[in-house]
Amino acid sequence: MAVVFERPHALADTLMHYCPGCTHGIVHRLVAEAIDELGVEDKTVGIAPVGCAVFAYNYFNCDMIEAAHGRAPAVATGVKRTHPELVVFTYQGDGDLAAIGTAETVHAATRGENITVVFINNCIYGMTGGQMAPTTLPGQVTATTPYGRTPKIQGNPVRVCEMLSTLDGVAYAARVSVDTPANVRNAKKAILKGFKNQLDCKGFSIIEVLSTCPTNWGLSPKDALSWLRENMIPYYPLGTYKDVDAPKEETK
Amino acid sequence: MKGNEAIAEAAINAGCLYYFGYPITPQTEISEYMAKRMPKVGGLCLQAESEIAAVNMLLGASASGTRAMTSSSSPGISLKSEGISYLVGSDLPAVVVNVQRGGPGLGGIQPSQADYYQATKAYGHGDMHLIVLAPSTVQEMATLTGEAFDLADIYRTPVIILADGAIGQMMEPVDFSTRKPRELPEKTWATCGHRGARKHNIVNSLLMEPEELERSIRDRFERYRKIEENEVMCEKYMTDDADIVVVAFGIAARIAKTAAQIARSRGVKAGVLRPITLWPFPNKEISALADTAKAFLSVELSMGQMVTDVKLACECRRPVDFFGRTGGVIPAPADVAEKLCAMARELSI
Amino acid sequence: MKQGTYNILIAGFGGQGVLFAGKALAKMGMHEGLHVTWLPSYGPEMRGGAANCSVIISDEEIGSPLVPDPDILIALNIPSFDKFEPHIKPGGMLFADSAMIDRKTARTDIEAHYIPASSLASDNGLSGLANVIMLGHVIKKTGIFDYDAFLKDLVSGIPASRSALVEGNTKALRLGFEY
Repeated sequence: MAVVFERPHALADTLMHYCPGCTHGIVHRLVAEAIDELGVEDKTVGIAPVGCAVFAYNYFNCDMIEAAHGRAPAVATGVKRTHPELVVFTYQGDGDLAAIGTAETVHAATRGENITVVFINNCIYGMTGGQMAPTTLPGQVTATTPYGRTPKIQGNPVRVCEMLSTLDGVAYAARVSVDTPANVRNAKKAILKGFKNQLDCKGFSIIEVLSTCPTNWGLSPKDALSWLRENMIPYYPLGTYKDVDAPKEETK
Repeated sequence: MKGNEAIAEAAINAGCLYYFGYPITPQTEISEYMAKRMPKVGGLCLQAESEIAAVNMLLGASASGTRAMTSSSSPGISLKSEGISYLVGSDLPAVVVNVQRGGPGLGGIQPSQADYYQATKAYGHGDMHLIVLAPSTVQEMATLTGEAFDLADIYRTPVIILADGAIGQMMEPVDFSTRKPRELPEKTWATCGHRGARKHNIVNSLLMEPEELERSIRDRFERYRKIEENEVMCEKYMTDDADIVVVAFGIAARIAKTAAQIARSRGVKAGVLRPITLWPFPNKEISALADTAKAFLSVELSMGQMVTDVKLACECRRPVDFFGRTGGVIPAPADVAEKLCAMARELSI
Repeated sequence: MKQGTYNILIAGFGGQGVLFAGKALAKMGMHEGLHVTWLPSYGPEMRGGAANCSVIISDEEIGSPLVPDPDILIALNIPSFDKFEPHIKPGGMLFADSAMIDRKTARTDIEAHYIPASSLASDNGLSGLANVIMLGHVIKKTGIFDYDAFLKDLVSGIPASRSALVEGNTKALRLGFEY
């Protein structure tokens, strides 16, 4: 009997702590598939963030480091600069990457660190129980924006791919989503490309994945996917924002 | 050679080929020296976007099994304290240099020892210690830097070199060939790719189960106990017959030695005990001196921090006095000698 | 070197070569196998601010590297003269650049030497070398080091590609020594 579907080798055979309907599991799988397909598990080092993915170090079969909140790109820099032969990726949420770790993110990007960054944007702080994230949408209700995010008070959301695509060190910046099977396939392609870029020494690759947080959004997993489609994608359009390989007009 | 440059060259001699830093007076010579030398020895000097990023780059380098270093001065060290705590929690070897200046806040840029408490008690959150080395000469800036890398690897702990602006900026002759490297354990825990040869490694400071966290801390404290047993370093100067023992480290110890000479010329038998390791502190040595000396004087470039440890070390069996200047002011040997003479009069010795 | 301990303080504006002059003395001491320390004052400004350095050269181990009360003060401007001249040890020596400092010491317990080093430098096409002229004079009056040995040590650090500097330094040191 032919095996048509199995757990990627790079994905650890262990119970994940994520909430039902959370899309972290999908993205973990896509990262593991990319590692498997490139056959690099034995020379990959992943950096886990602080946030919902804090336990990611338990979910992959490659070497893993748990970084302080926001510092994953700096830790990744330390690993990659001392071991250029390794494949180094960070896996970070919106609070980790775009709030407390903004400096580390922007400077790793502009230095052109040859690493792959997988960025989960779900517009909310999940681990601490649903507070405002730097990417929380205007009007969105969270535990710390109980009357909805008001830009005049809480400021505006940050569009990470758009911002980073202006930097010379960035080889690849793409925003994908995991709300439909088609989008999951596209996300997989983007993540795989992010890792390939690193093998080809192209520089900094970031894949921003629009994700759901049913628990803290207060929605069913299915409704959360619809909410993502209807609210997040209009504000955070999907697409490739920078690709050093592509002719200019193909990127946004 | 300048003290700061001696640290940089000694680090390279110790096989540290990666340096992550951020400019701040009075330690910038370390960065500049590294920037010049590293490319010539096949290493890398990377100027980070912040002290925070620099210490985390160090963490990444160390986690993957490589000797690396960062350095800063007081305000920058405060920023690094987060990373230092994570280095401890992840059991990673690392060398962090603090060329102290006056504080709090931006403070000033002149020499200070006011980070003693921070270095020995509170370089990061959590139950933790760090090995703290206090060089007093440019030669020691070099020797102790080499020693720091070995201690860090042996005990899997960050080691702090607590210098000050005076020794950092000062020039003295230095010989790099004097130190014998120690035997080092293999870094089987490093995250440098499992190569299909072992189970994957995880470098982590997060342990959610209280019992598990407690066990890991107890294991670490067992290592601390070994460090306290085996690694205390101090220098005794004219202490055998001393009535008053000055306890001073770093630049203050040099001033104390000159002061002790002056005091002796005035008939006051003074000596100096100079802790070289501030943690572990030379408690036994001070306690032993309390058997023969009549009083202690802690001399520091601060408002008095180490003085509390001196009191604890002599278990209040002898009076412990304090003399210090702060804010970047360096006490004059004559003033310290005057203090010693006044103490002698008070104690009728 | 003559036996003993020399506590030397060199003071002036940043840019006058204060630190360099101190280094030259310390380096020479080191090459003679003596204990030496060189400690600069350091400030936020790179040029024009007050600069001084403490140099101790001794046949014994050196404790404090600071020189609050110098045996030898080399003053290159008025603020340095005003600030440090009262602190020269009785029996000590003062060297003042008289082209920069229009006053003389009233003290009778020190030996004072005045040399218009800055104007000698500019008159002889040796701009920036007033510090070396001062050193030449200090070596003459103190006898701290042998002139030829010091000259050799001074120019040994200059790369061959900058032979004009060797010539300038040699001329400046000689000018101060013979003044």
